[in-house]
Amino acid sequence: MRLSLELRSIQKSFGETKILDDISLNLEAREFIAFLGPSGSGKSTLLRIVAGLETADSGEVWLDGERIDQLPPGERGVAMVFQHYALYPHMSVRENMAFGLRNAKVPKDEIDRRIEDAARVLEIDHMLDRKPAAMSGGQRQRVAIGRAIVKHPRLFLLDEPLSNLDAALRLRTRVELAQLKQKVDAAVIMVTHDQAEAMTLADRIVVIDDQRIQQVGPPMEIYSRPANIFVAQFVGSPAMTLAPGKLLNGDGEFARVKLGDGSTIETRVRREALPNNAPLRVGLRPEAVRVGGDNQATTKAKVDLVERLGERTLVYARLADGQPITAEDEGYSQVRIGDEVPLRIDGGSAHLFGPDGAGYHGVEA
Amino acid sequence: MTSAERDWRGFLFVAPFLLLYALILVFPLFRGFWLSFNQVDIFGDGHFVGLANYVELAADPIFTTSLVNTFIVTLMIVPVLTVLALLLAIALNNAGRGAALMRGIFFSSAVLSVTIVTLIWRFVLAPDAGLLGELWQAFGWQPLGFLSEPHLVLPALAITTIWWSLGLPMLLFLAGLQQIPQDMYEAAALDGADRWTTFWRITVPSLRRTLVLVVMLQTAAQLQMFGQAQLLTGGGPGGASRTTVLFLFESAFGRWELGYAAAAAEILFLIILAVTLTQYWATGRTPGAAHGR
Repeated sequence: MRLSLELRSIQKSFGETKILDDISLNLEAREFIAFLGPSGSGKSTLLRIVAGLETADSGEVWLDGERIDQLPPGERGVAMVFQHYALYPHMSVRENMAFGLRNAKVPKDEIDRRIEDAARVLEIDHMLDRKPAAMSGGQRQRVAIGRAIVKHPRLFLLDEPLSNLDAALRLRTRVELAQLKQKVDAAVIMVTHDQAEAMTLADRIVVIDDQRIQQVGPPMEIYSRPANIFVAQFVGSPAMTLAPGKLLNGDGEFARVKLGDGSTIETRVRREALPNNAPLRVGLRPEAVRVGGDNQATTKAKVDLVERLGERTLVYARLADGQPITAEDEGYSQVRIGDEVPLRIDGGSAHLFGPDGAGYHGVEA
Repeated sequence: MTSAERDWRGFLFVAPFLLLYALILVFPLFRGFWLSFNQVDIFGDGHFVGLANYVELAADPIFTTSLVNTFIVTLMIVPVLTVLALLLAIALNNAGRGAALMRGIFFSSAVLSVTIVTLIWRFVLAPDAGLLGELWQAFGWQPLGFLSEPHLVLPALAITTIWWSLGLPMLLFLAGLQQIPQDMYEAAALDGADRWTTFWRITVPSLRRTLVLVVMLQTAAQLQMFGQAQLLTGGGPGGASRTTVLFLFESAFGRWELGYAAAAAEILFLIILAVTLTQYWATGRTPGAAHGR
């Protein structure tokens, strides 16, 4: 397996404030990686360290077997698409794309050829002579991507690439980015705080919070086997319900947990994996908690809020002990605010979290 | 309320300003224009002479010399002043306390009155006792008579004026520099641009509108130079530093040829208008464009 980017023990502080603490990460060739985390988590700083716009306090950055953290940004073989595009307003689209190539002394006809190619792929070939001011946000976004593509970089860096677009355009551009990824022969790192973007685009997601990498893995692994409470809560919308639970004694292979309202959940988490006699928290995704099914119901709850999404309905409710819980119902739900509804908790999909926040997950049935 | 009524009421709100504006700007403008077609002195209403004042001016070597002087000194000042102000602004465009202090120092000359400025520079330029004279002598050279040599008085005026006027263009450039988004410089760094390329391809084009503004303002200001010439050299020696405004001041308040002076003022007005408009047109006259990114 060929490695693309390698980060080795990156540390970074701004003054007294620690931003990144011992970050190590490997990217495979042509891999699309998303740095996912809330604002202030250090994910943008990490991207800027890779780009060379910030210098790490310690640690090394390697790209295709070459150490690049000592090199100036322009010589690292990386291209970046900025959040606000950072196009040069006084240059035409063509000049914007040619600027980096001219600085790199690429021959003129080669520059022209690369620009024509990129413009055709991005469908901006008819506006090469326009200035950025005469273009829409989506078109500027394409120019910014084009400016990166023509450099034939070994690594693309995308800083919140979709955050400046309106909802409809964001969806379309998301699809286009996914197609683009197939066409370029380089690894891609995208910084985002939007878990849907990360889930749909990335081969692997790097969840960053509190100066550290919280989890690295393919999207569905991040979703279904979150390493800790932070990842569990940050990924997935609406957020996973977390309720205190008590491990019941027994000799079964899998843990049985009692919730605050007295109902029990038969999980598929191995009992022996769990810490002894420690308070647990039960994590339930909305789809693991169904409304209805009177005879199969495991507990009941009072409805606080009903959110109709069309194909399904989200029900925000409270268990008898006041514990908030998010449940799912079919699109044509009869549930109304104030109702008392039966809930069927699918213990097989329940997650357990130890006192240190570490996640324990069910074995596949 | 009808719309006509509304218009009328709206007019009331701007009337105080319009009245003052008409009184101290519009009226003198037309009065001056009218005066330039009359022969007027301090004792009477004068009489209409048509274009006689203008014809006389065209043949007056003192007037034409003053125009040439004014152009030369403007050409000496504006490019140097613009480049110096730009370089200073770039050097001082950072958040440090030292830079803030230096910005203050460099701007401080701009708040001085022309009287004090010329006084200071009289001391600096005087060949026998001045700072420059001492310096020259320290090198063992003959001190230069900046205020007495005909070919040195205009440079002396230019140096004084540049020192005096540096603050405002520097501030304008600083404001312009702060408008350039940081991520454009980061994009340029990733595009492998060296400092020279970044300066010429990013900074200067981004400051284009500020550059145009500074050059236009300074050109218009220097074409009207008066105080420095009057106080530093009195227009001498032998009219070598007489600027056009000094000429019209002498005509009007020395010889009381008010019509003649008014005609000179009209010509200078037209010249300034033509020069600044030419600059405006030549530089693309696209305010508001080049602002998307």
